[in-house]
Amino acid sequence: MADYETIPINTLFEIPALNPGAMKNSSPFVAAPLHQEALGFPGELVDDWQARAIEKLGELLKKSRALQVYMDSCVKCGACTDKCHYFLGTGDPKNMPVARQDLLRKIYRRYFTFAGKYFPKLVGAEDLTKEVLDDWYSYFHQCSQCRRCSVYCPYGIDTAEISMAAREIMDHIGKGQKYCNEILGKVHQIGNNLGLPEKALIHTLADLEEDIEEETGVKVRIPVNKKGADILLVTPSADFFAEPHVDGLIGYAKVFHQAGVSWTLSSYASEAANFAMFIGSYEQMKLVAERIRKAAEELGVKRIIFGECGHAWRVAYSFLNTLAGPFDFLDSDYPVPQHICEFTWDLIQKGELNLDKSKNDHMTLTFHDSCNVARGSRMGDSPGGQFKIPRAIIKACCNNFVDMAADTIGETTFCCGGGGGLLTDDLMEIRTKGASPRMQALKDVVDEHGVTHMAAICAICKSQFAKVMPSYGFDMDSVVSVHQLISNAIILDGQVQ
Amino acid sequence: MLSTIFAVLFYLATAVFVVGLVYRIQLYARTPAPLKIPTTPAPVTTSGVVVRMFKEVVFFESLFKANKWTWLFGWVFHVALLLVILRHLRYFTEPVWFWVTLVQPFGKYAGFAMLAGLSALWGRRFLVERVRYISGPSDHLMLMLLIGIAASGLIMKFMAHTDIVSLKAFALGLIYFDWQTLPADPVLLIHLGLVLVLIFIFPVSKLLHAPGVFFSPGRNQVDNPREKRHVAPWADALDTNQPKAKGK
Repeated sequence: MADYETIPINTLFEIPALNPGAMKNSSPFVAAPLHQEALGFPGELVDDWQARAIEKLGELLKKSRALQVYMDSCVKCGACTDKCHYFLGTGDPKNMPVARQDLLRKIYRRYFTFAGKYFPKLVGAEDLTKEVLDDWYSYFHQCSQCRRCSVYCPYGIDTAEISMAAREIMDHIGKGQKYCNEILGKVHQIGNNLGLPEKALIHTLADLEEDIEEETGVKVRIPVNKKGADILLVTPSADFFAEPHVDGLIGYAKVFHQAGVSWTLSSYASEAANFAMFIGSYEQMKLVAERIRKAAEELGVKRIIFGECGHAWRVAYSFLNTLAGPFDFLDSDYPVPQHICEFTWDLIQKGELNLDKSKNDHMTLTFHDSCNVARGSRMGDSPGGQFKIPRAIIKACCNNFVDMAADTIGETTFCCGGGGGLLTDDLMEIRTKGASPRMQALKDVVDEHGVTHMAAICAICKSQFAKVMPSYGFDMDSVVSVHQLISNAIILDGQVQ
Repeated sequence: MLSTIFAVLFYLATAVFVVGLVYRIQLYARTPAPLKIPTTPAPVTTSGVVVRMFKEVVFFESLFKANKWTWLFGWVFHVALLLVILRHLRYFTEPVWFWVTLVQPFGKYAGFAMLAGLSALWGRRFLVERVRYISGPSDHLMLMLLIGIAASGLIMKFMAHTDIVSLKAFALGLIYFDWQTLPADPVLLIHLGLVLVLIFIFPVSKLLHAPGVFFSPGRNQVDNPREKRHVAPWADALDTNQPKAKGK
C-alpha cells in the first residue's frame, strides 16, 4: 500500500484546513536529455535559465492574449480557492488555483509590471529563484488543466492556460517532464503514445476481430490503413489494449459494422491523444495534429471521427481545424472532426441500431463528465451537447442510469485526478488524492441508488479510475467505456444469440 | 497654492489614467489569441457571446456560481460605486443633467451600501483562512483606499458639509481651464487626495480587471471552431507545408 494517507472519503466536500507545503515534494521525474532534445528542448537545465525563462515568459505574453489578460486581471477574490480537486484532496494552499497562478504571476509582476519593478513587496512580486522554479515544477504538475476553476472565476481566468505556459517555459530552460516529453517522442517516431508499431497494431486488431467473431458469430472488421475508406477513426492508443478501453473500441467497431460504413484506422496516426497540449507547446501540438491530416489525405478518407478521449477531443474539436486545417478535402456534409458519440447517437436516433437494454441490466450506471469534453469542447449542434449526447447513448442501451450530484457533473464536473499529463506512476500520491472529490460523489450515488459502474469517455479517466478506485474501496473494473455499454447491448445482423 | 497643487495633480492623474488604460487596452486587443478556448458550454453565435458577457459584467454570473457571499458583497459594492459615481456627475455638469438628478437620492445612500460591501469584503480577507492566505499588502491597501474614499465622502454628505458651491466651481474650472480656489476643508482634501491615488494607480494595479474582463478569451470567444477556422498571425507563419489559410 502507498506510504501516504488519503483523506478519509466521508470528510470530503468539507473544505480542508490549509496545510502549507503538504505537497511540496510531489513532483514528476524530470525528462532525460534524450527526451528533451527529441522535441528540440535543451537537454538539461541551462546555465542562464533565469534569463531564458524570463525571456520566454515575455515571448508567451506577446503570443497569447489569454496569458496577458489573466496575469493582470486577478483581484484575489477567492472564488476559485475551494474549487480545485487537488486542493480539496490535499489542503495544500498552493493547490488553490489563485495561488498556483500566483507562482507565475509573481514573476510576471517582478519583471513585466511597473508595480512589481518598483514596489515588489507591496504586490507580492518576487525574483525568479531556484526555490520558485522548484515550486513551479511541483505545483504546475499538480494541475490537470481541467478548467474547473475557470468556470467560477469572474474574469474567466483559466489556470490551465497558466500551467501550460509555465510548463512551456520549463521545457525551454531544460526542465521538462519525463512522462509527457517521452510520450511525444514516441508519437513523432512511431505514431502513438505507446510506441506500438504497425505490425503489432495489426496483430492486436486481428486478435480483437477473432474475439468479436467468437462472441457474436459475426465477422466484424477493424481495418488498418485501408485506402479509400470513408471514415478515418482516430482513437487513443490505450483503446488497443487497456481495460476497459478496448471494450469501447469493440463497441465502435460493432457500430461501424452495423451502420455499414467503410472505415479504417491509421498506423501513422494511431493516436488521438495530443500530449503537446499538456506542455503548452503550440508547435508540438501542431506536429502531432498534422499526422492526422496527413493520414486522412493519404488514405483518401471523407470523414474523421475521434474515439473516446477527453483532451484528445478538446484538441480535435477546438484546435484541429486551427492546427492542421483547412479540411476542405473532406466531405463538407459532416463536421470535421466528429466524435464517435455524435456518430452513434445519430444512428440511434435514426433507429439503425438494434439495442437490447437488458444486456446491461446487471449494472446501474452513472456517468463521469470528462473535464476536457465538458469545459473545452462540444458535441452536436447546441451548447451542452457534450453532456446530453453521452447520457442519451447510455440511456438508449441501459435501463439503470443515475446522475451524480449536480455540482459534480456537467460544466462543474470534477477531474478524475489523472489528466493534464499527470497519469504517471511517479505522481501516484497526487493522483489518488485528487480523485477524492469524484470518489465522494460516486460513493454518494452508490450508497443511495445502488450504482455499480461509472461510465466515461476518456482514456485517461478510465486508466486513472481503474488505478485509484481500489484505494477508495471500489473494484477497478467498475469504470466502463460508454461504447462498451453499446457493445454489450447491440444486436448485430446475423448475430448468434 | 493648495488649489494649484490639486489642479496639477488632477490633470496629471487624468493623463496617467487615460494613457495607461489606452496602452493596456490596445495591448489586450492586439495580442493574438492563437486557439479557441472559450469555457464551454459557450455560445455558438456572436450575439450569444454578447449575452454571456452582459450577464458576466452586469450580474457577475460566474462569481454567483462560485460563492454567494462574495458575490453579494462584491456586487453590492460595485453597483453602489456606480450609483455614487453617477451622482458625482452633478459636480461636473452645469446645468446638471436631468437623469443625474434622478440618480441623486439613490446615489446619496448608495455610499452606505458601498461602505458595507467593502467592509464585508475586507472582513473576508481576515476571517476566511483561504482568502487570508492569498491576500497581499496591495489587496488590503486597495480596500483601505476605497473605504477611506467612501467614508470621507459620507462624512461630508451627512456630518460635516463642505463648501459644495466652491468645490463645484473648482471642478468646472478644471474642465474649462478657468481655475478656481479649492475649499481648504481637511475632510475634502483627504477625499480628493485618496481619489487621486485611485486614479493614478488604476492602470498599474489589479483594477485592470475592469478592462480585462472584456478581453478574457474564456468568456468572449464564440464556440465555432469546427465551422470557422481560427488562426493567429504568428501561428499562420508556422504553416509551411500546406497552403495558407484563406481569410481568417
